[in-house]
Amino acid sequence: MQIVLNGQSKEIAEALTLEGLLKSLELETAHVAVELNKEIVTKTTFSSTSLKTGDEVEVVHFVGGG
Amino acid sequence: MIIFLNEKPIAIDDKLTLFQLRDRFKPTADILVRNGFPASNDVVVEEADHITLIRRGEKPPAEELEALMIARHTPGVHKKLKASCVGIAGVGGLGSAIAVALGRIGVGRLILVDYDVVEPSNLNRQQFFIDQIGEPKTEAMKANLKRINPFVEVESHQVFVTPENIPDLFDQADVLAEAFDGADQKAMLIEEFLSRFPKIPLVAASGIAGYAPSNTITTRHATKNLYLVGDGKTAARPGEGLMAPRVGIAAHHQANAIIRLLLGEKPE
Repeated sequence: MQIVLNGQSKEIAEALTLEGLLKSLELETAHVAVELNKEIVTKTTFSSTSLKTGDEVEVVHFVGGG
Repeated sequence: MIIFLNEKPIAIDDKLTLFQLRDRFKPTADILVRNGFPASNDVVVEEADHITLIRRGEKPPAEELEALMIARHTPGVHKKLKASCVGIAGVGGLGSAIAVALGRIGVGRLILVDYDVVEPSNLNRQQFFIDQIGEPKTEAMKANLKRINPFVEVESHQVFVTPENIPDLFDQADVLAEAFDGADQKAMLIEEFLSRFPKIPLVAASGIAGYAPSNTITTRHATKNLYLVGDGKTAARPGEGLMAPRVGIAAHHQANAIIRLLLGEKPE
């Protein structure tokens, strides 16, 4: 199925969770902020949030330094 | 007609020129600022002009200081910034430079939050001094801001920012600056703040280490109310430290994005 990830179409497995998506992108859960269909998703629900066709996901990945 | 001389409204005759005004009110003034910009030529003063007369090197009395300091603030802009409140989460390389920039331009109120104290390894990039080593960063920055612009109200909290204390710390902010060091703290703040205060803009930074070209640092609109500064990838790590110039560029991108948001303009 298709979702929109950071503005670009992406093919993912059916019912993939946000946690699974981040894993496939090799991103550390603690270092990202995620928006699903314009709403911020809290980390505690990444594993229970399954993606649906057409979902718009924004993943903002942070690196250290300040 | 009415003009503002050193920010006080006064009535003057029409057709009076800038130099005539100086000769009448402060003949020793050698810096004449008209509407936020130093004037070198004589011009006819217009209705509602803001004129400031300064004698170079003269320390003004306390009651006149603010008017003379804000002479270079563009009229209209300063009024809005003076009425604004900005939260700064982390007073390190990014946060200390953001605080100094916003303090200089006259943002009315700053909320500084950091748990740490000034230490020697901060001085390669952070806006503190050797004699402040050991002081809480929030208190040291409060003292520095008082020396730079005593007309900024500074609220400081020496605490570690957690999901629980974010609402109490930052609920008064018109805009929040994320200025933490750790990637996990950055992500935590964005997640918590934007879920609790979805209508308040947040300006964060990621990818600011090293000395890669200046123009690789950008300001971008990431999502609804989240703006991101940095190159997005250059992490601080062994062999790629944090350095004053590039951290400063990022901090000033953040500060400029913040004032654009306060003035109702798009930051990117």
